[in-house]
Parts: sequence; C-alpha cells; structure tokens
Amino acid sequence: MASNQLRLRVRGMAARGMAFVIALIFTSLALLVEPQVVVAQEVDLSGSWTSPPTNNVLEVYEGPFTDDWTGMPLSAAGRALAQSWSAGALAEPERTCQLYGQWKYMTFPFEIKIWPSNGGPTDQIVAWNLQKAEDEGGMKIWMDGRKPPSKYLDYSRGAFTTGHWKGSTLIAETTHLKMAPARNNGGYYSDRSTLTSTFIPHGDTLIMVFDLNDPVYFTQPYVYSRVWTRATRPASTAWPPCIVNYEGVAEGVVPFYLPGKNPLLNQMMQLFHVPEYASEGGAQTMYPAFRDKLKADYLKLYPTFPKQCTQYCTNFRGQQAAGNIPQPSASPAAKSGRRKPQSKP
Amino acid sequence: MLVSLATATAVYAQGQAGTRGAPSAQAAAPVDLTGYWESLVTDEDWVYRMVTPRPGDYAGVPLKPNGLQVMAAWDPAKDTAAGEQCKSYGAPAIMRVPEHLHITWQDAQTLKVETDAGEQVRLFNFVPSTAAAQAPRTWQGYSVAEWEFQRQGAGRGPGKAVWGALKVTTSNLKAGYLRKNGVPYSEKTSVMEYYDPVQESNGDGLMIVSSFVTDPVYLFSPFVTTDNFVKLPSAAGWKPSACSAMW
Repeated sequence: MASNQLRLRVRGMAARGMAFVIALIFTSLALLVEPQVVVAQEVDLSGSWTSPPTNNVLEVYEGPFTDDWTGMPLSAAGRALAQSWSAGALAEPERTCQLYGQWKYMTFPFEIKIWPSNGGPTDQIVAWNLQKAEDEGGMKIWMDGRKPPSKYLDYSRGAFTTGHWKGSTLIAETTHLKMAPARNNGGYYSDRSTLTSTFIPHGDTLIMVFDLNDPVYFTQPYVYSRVWTRATRPASTAWPPCIVNYEGVAEGVVPFYLPGKNPLLNQMMQLFHVPEYASEGGAQTMYPAFRDKLKADYLKLYPTFPKQCTQYCTNFRGQQAAGNIPQPSASPAAKSGRRKPQSKP
Repeated sequence: MLVSLATATAVYAQGQAGTRGAPSAQAAAPVDLTGYWESLVTDEDWVYRMVTPRPGDYAGVPLKPNGLQVMAAWDPAKDTAAGEQCKSYGAPAIMRVPEHLHITWQDAQTLKVETDAGEQVRLFNFVPSTAAAQAPRTWQGYSVAEWEFQRQGAGRGPGKAVWGALKVTTSNLKAGYLRKNGVPYSEKTSVMEYYDPVQESNGDGLMIVSSFVTDPVYLFSPFVTTDNFVKLPSAAGWKPSACSAMW
C-alpha cells in the first residue's frame, strides 16, 4: 500500500516536472518568436534644448502686435476678450504670472531643460520634466499611469499632465490648466482647455507639437509646432521673477478697453497690409482659401508693388553668424507692453 | 521595465530599398502619408505666408549681406517677364506656401507630392539615381527619401515598427526665393525635411513638416521652420493655380 502511494507520488511529481519543462520550452520559444509584453522603446529626452530663432520670429522674439490674432481660431468670446484686453492688466498682482502658462513652450524665446524623475521599486522613469524659468511651474509629465485628479481640484500653473510612448514619440495630455495667453496680446485660452503635446525625436532634433482645445475661446483646436535642437551649453533657468511691478495702475483697477474703443487695432494694417477682418482672427484665417479673400483687397492697394518695410524688417543683427540665440533684455510682460501704451480705464 | 535607448529609430535607407528580398519603400512604409492635405496656417509666420511680405522684410531669415543686396533688387514684374514667376515655389519654400498637397505613390519606390499652389511636383526617390541627381537644376531639385522607423517591443530585438517618419534630402536646385518678396537662396542650397504624422485632438490627421534649409552663399545658418498640414477626406478644396511673382 505504502509502495503504491510512493509510486503514485513519484509518478505525479514526474508528470508535474514534465509539464513544467514543456511549459518552460514553450515560454522560451514564445519569447524568441514574439514578445508577449509590449513595451515602448523610450527615448532619452534629457538635456538642454534650444529653438532656432528662425520660426515665427515676430511672435517669439518681438512679441505679437496689439491686434494680431491672425491664424487663431478665436470664438466670438475669445475675440471680445482679446479686443478689450490691455497689457496693463498684467501689472495686477493676481495676473502678474498669467504669462507663464504651459503654452509658453511654443512662443517664448526660451531654452528648456528636460530631465526624468525616477522612482518605484525598480527606479524606473515615473515622469519627464520640462522647465525654463525657476518660478513658472514647468511641465511634469507623469508616466506611471496615474489617473488625473478631480476636475474640481485647483492646480498650480504647472497643471496636470500624463504621458505615454508611441514608438519613440512621447504623447502627453494636460488638464487643470489655468487661464493664460496663447498670444501675449489678449489671445487667451480658458481654464477649461486641454492640451495635447507631442514630442517627436529625430536624433539631436526634437519636434514639439502643441494642440490646444478650448471650448470657450476657440472654435477649433489651435495647433502649433516648433523645432528644438540639443544645446551645446546647459540651459539656464534664470529668468526675471514673477513679481508684481508698479506700472501706474491703481490697486483695484482692471485696465481694459470698451468695445470699439481700443485704439490699437490698426497696427496689422499699417505695418503688414493685413485688414481688420483678417487680423481679428477666426478659424477661417488658418486656411489657404482665406488668401482668395485677401487677394482682391491687397492688389487694390498694391497693384504692382507692395509698400516697403520700415519696421521689424531684419533678423537679429547678424547674431546668427555666431550661433547665438538672442535673449530678451526685459521680461516678456515688459516686452509685450513695449508696443502697448498704458490703457486708460 | 522601460529601457531608455539613445535612439529608437531605425532608418530604412535607400540602399535597402529594392534589394533582393527587401520590401519596396511603399510596402515598408511605417505610416501612410498619401492623400490630400491642406496647410494649417496658425500664426507661425502668418504675415510672411498669407500675404506678400513687405519688400525688405527678412525678419527671422539668417541672411548674409550679399543676400540683402539680392533681396533689394526684387522686381516681381521683371521675374514675370523673364518667365521666372515660380522662384518662390521651389523646394526650400514650397511647403510654406498656403496650399493643398496631393501625395501618391508614383511607383513602389517613389513618392509624389503635388501642390495646387504653383502646380509643382516633387518626387521623393527611395532609390537614388546618380544620373537624375546630375540632371539640369529645377525648382524642386532632386530628392532622396528614407523612412525612419519607431519601434515597440519587449526589449528583445528591434521590436515591431509601430510608427515612423519620412526624411527627405533635396539638392540640385535652381536658385529662387525663400519668401515671395525676394529673400534669396542660391543653387548651392540643400533642404532636409522631416514629415511627421500626428493626430489632432479632434481626431483629424496632422502632418508636421520640419525644414532645414542650408545655403552657404546667402545664409549664416540653416533656416529652420515647421509647417502644419491637416488631412482631408477628399479632393474638395483642390484649386490649381499658376505661379505668381506678386501674390
């Protein structure tokens, strides 16, 4: 009886052993033939990045003109806000840091730093960080699969971002944005916006695509792209701090223009021959067909030869020859205000 | 565990295309760029693209002093009389012209890009031809193409190609204008471009074309730009128009 039980036990052990060996063989074959766990091939984005001063130079370096909302899919509400906006509003304590929204990565003359945050039991990458200025919040892209917090939760200017890889492309989704300018002349996005950012690496080139969806101030997604290249020197995060400056605006006063009273809505016509129906923006101004509308008016004004350029005509005084990226000498708010005389409430 | 790699792209170089056993460029394509596309001109250089830039305006272009002289001599009437009204539609500038694109495979190794603005045709050759590269210079020059693959796998082997981009290098160009107002590029110019498809938040297809224009004659440094295109479901909006020197 005991020997029978022993034989059965041995037979059982042999069967289990055989099953284990077969399973091991099949598992090994499966690993050789087709990976079972699909994992993205993550690219190391860490380092300092600089953007060539050739793309969208007026916006990035000079700052937008007071009435340039061309190519922005502004809704009626977005347009009304833009045309009533005064740069003096940025001198108010509660609005001083409004410029430092997430969109700044597309339109500011920054170099940026990107670095990973590691964590977890295997010290894997749990987030990617983008940062320019010390006190602007940066963008932290969580890669650990965490869920967004409640939509009612107030968040910092850094907002909340999660990301995933598609091949070697990093795709990030941002929620909990604060209201901020997409263009520093009153072209705002609301705090109901969401942002999809795509980071496409090509060796030492990084292409960033921002896609801003705002149900309040836009009628369509606002898409923007920018090329970055690896910087030869570390990016500095030093930048004028986000502090309140006295610009002659009394406490409690909100500078603005009443409808039809903004005296700064003719710069685009004066400088670039762009009529108001174009400079006021709207989704139609983003598409080639809009040129047909502009053509007749333009050729009526300039049938044979356009008006000569007299302002904002040059590059950066030859600085490209030395490969230097010009840095603005004043804060973006001050720069933006340069062409925006103090409003009279 | 996610593994950081220095690069996860692999290049489907022209040398592989057409060799015995290797799939054609069309068969190997990691992304489908074919179809109709429309320029999406957000405010990126809108005033230089949607209207004729002011004479003498070269903001953002790293133009050398000799380029300034050429620009100062811009005369659209003279260009038209000389039959050179397509000078601002050459490969270094054509993707910035507000337009529609029609992308098709001319054959299994050649991608064809047609534009309605200026009615230009670009051919992206995955199998380079020395003879074609030495042909007379043209506005669109001679372009060599290759795929860049982005892979996804378990860290064993190269993984499966799940995404990718097109890289195009163009030379053998006829001298022309980077902008309609006579900002020049020379015939020694070369253009390197990436074509990256992405998806818009509303579900539409997008294509980002990043261009690096290098000209040792008139430019201090590469003229780097990006242009966005949105995918169209049909040819609606396709409106061929001849080159214009003035508009």
